[in-house]
Amino acid sequence: MLSVANLHLRTLLTLSWRNLWRNHRRTGIMLGAIAIGVWAMIFMTALMRGMVDDMLNQGIHNLPGHIQVQDPTYLDDPNVVNSIAAPGAELRNQLDQLGAAAWATRIKVPAVIASERETRGINLIGIEPAVEASISGLPALLASGRFLESDQDSGIIVGARLAERLETRLGKRVVIMSQDPDNNIRERGFRIVGIYRARLPALEEFNVYAARETLQKLLRIEGRISQLILVGDDYRDIAPLYRRLDQLLPSTLQARTWYQVDSYLAAMFNMMDGFVLVWVIIIFLALSFGLVNTLVMAIFERVREIGLIQALGMRPGLIVCQILLEALLLLLIGLGIGNGLALITIKPLESGLDISVVAEGMAMMGASSILYPKLTTADLLLANSIVIVLGILTSILPAWRAARLDPVRALNTT
Amino acid sequence: MSTITCHQICKTFRQGDEIITGLDHVDITIETGEFVCLSGPSGSGKTTLLNAIGGLDTPDSGEISMGELRIDQLQRGPLADMRLHHIGFVFQAYNLIPVLSAQENVEFVMQVQGMATRERAKKACAILAEVGLEGLEKRRPAQLSGGQQQRVAVARAIVSQPDLVLADEPTANLDSVASAQLMELFTHLNQDHHVTFIIATHDKRVMRYARRLIRMQDGRIICDEAQG
Repeated sequence: MLSVANLHLRTLLTLSWRNLWRNHRRTGIMLGAIAIGVWAMIFMTALMRGMVDDMLNQGIHNLPGHIQVQDPTYLDDPNVVNSIAAPGAELRNQLDQLGAAAWATRIKVPAVIASERETRGINLIGIEPAVEASISGLPALLASGRFLESDQDSGIIVGARLAERLETRLGKRVVIMSQDPDNNIRERGFRIVGIYRARLPALEEFNVYAARETLQKLLRIEGRISQLILVGDDYRDIAPLYRRLDQLLPSTLQARTWYQVDSYLAAMFNMMDGFVLVWVIIIFLALSFGLVNTLVMAIFERVREIGLIQALGMRPGLIVCQILLEALLLLLIGLGIGNGLALITIKPLESGLDISVVAEGMAMMGASSILYPKLTTADLLLANSIVIVLGILTSILPAWRAARLDPVRALNTT
Repeated sequence: MSTITCHQICKTFRQGDEIITGLDHVDITIETGEFVCLSGPSGSGKTTLLNAIGGLDTPDSGEISMGELRIDQLQRGPLADMRLHHIGFVFQAYNLIPVLSAQENVEFVMQVQGMATRERAKKACAILAEVGLEGLEKRRPAQLSGGQQQRVAVARAIVSQPDLVLADEPTANLDSVASAQLMELFTHLNQDHHVTFIIATHDKRVMRYARRLIRMQDGRIICDEAQG
């Protein structure tokens, strides 16, 4: 039975392959259309994937971190009262063994900053300078001055826009005021040691960074922090890290993944897959008209032969298979060329595509002016699967109609 | 091979508002090994009768049997199987598959039957040699003359040793020499291999080879006689 099926397949393959090349020009045009369509699917998907990936990475840097641990009430009320104990030696050791790419503790409280001329409300963030590069990438955003040098550094880093609003500059002193856990106003003078430029301009106005221990002293919360931040290897796959971390933590602490903390980023992440699917299907729909037309023309040109193979005893099912195989061969060759074109054009751009012409618009969306196309195996598989599955589905009707031809009429067709 | 029986077959065609009678209550029995010629003017029903016996067309009424098998009641799939395993067709216009070589055309039926590659290649070469096409096995139909193409079609029709060969005007596009060669081949296959032949023709030279001559007119059999 299997050998008969094998023989049938060889017969059908021979017929399909040779029929495909009966009209070189038509097959060539169709192959070109499929190849360009597939290239467009993959290339545009890689660009979109790269852009969204950049926006998500940036968004996660701003949160920051892939996982945040804090007091359950902190998200609703980021008051200094809702702080947690800084990890002790044992927990620090366990966190080191957890498999995270980096982890750090933070203080984050609302505060007021005053220069000689202006006063503004801010997020006052106490960081561990040594690991901050792995957590938020802040050191790379520094436009002037220096980064914080130690946990006891007495300087602060402000955004360029905030400095502008405060009418102050690098090296000048500002006063920061906040509350301690007893609701007493605490204030202290800081010198601006660095000015950063964020991709999202709004962040520049609100986030002010100081050394963690300096802030603990100012706020009288020695030994306490607002958040524990963890960064995994890949933001798409942080569930295993989350599970391991959750086992370590006491029930009084709450761990949240980035997609739980920021539902907008989560929606963007989920929407991307749907968007890619819709995009691929739209391109395919345009392709399918050409494919169906090619098959219908190919069938129309050999109605007599179809009548002949019916007369010789080929079952209708095998005729359907033969025509579907023809469509499949066409699709596979087109996919091969399209995939090749996509790889050739995407690989050289992976080091970055400068889109600074539209950089302002991109910055508003949280993306950079350099786009890094991202070609993923999943997107490649999706585009190829959709072309094959939908291609075969759209070929079924012409194939079925060919198999239903009346052999006598077909044989008498001139 | 089983006896072919047609009982009261009727077939009409619609052409615009007009109803044309293809077969009008035809009764006929053809025994194994017969060499039958259907003759008559164009539109007399010869081809319609061949198509009905071959399961290419379904009669409006009446019964067609091959032994116990009711051909007129078979569905598309079983009809295809019946044609594949029991009937060989030779058409007026050669009807070869243009993308296949002469040998591949001959092998096609055996391939669909599921015969092993080596065996069918051997059979195809042997039959092509028998019809005088040795050395032309790899040529495509477009590279063969009309007579050679028809011989490939004959080789394809008989290579799997069908019980019945239905030939519709097989010599219509051949010159007299090629026609005579073809009919000699048919006679040889009929006598030596006991293949039943039903040939529709209005070529008198072809009719001379038949041992039974059936004349048709307006869809009816008007004469059915044995020939010496």
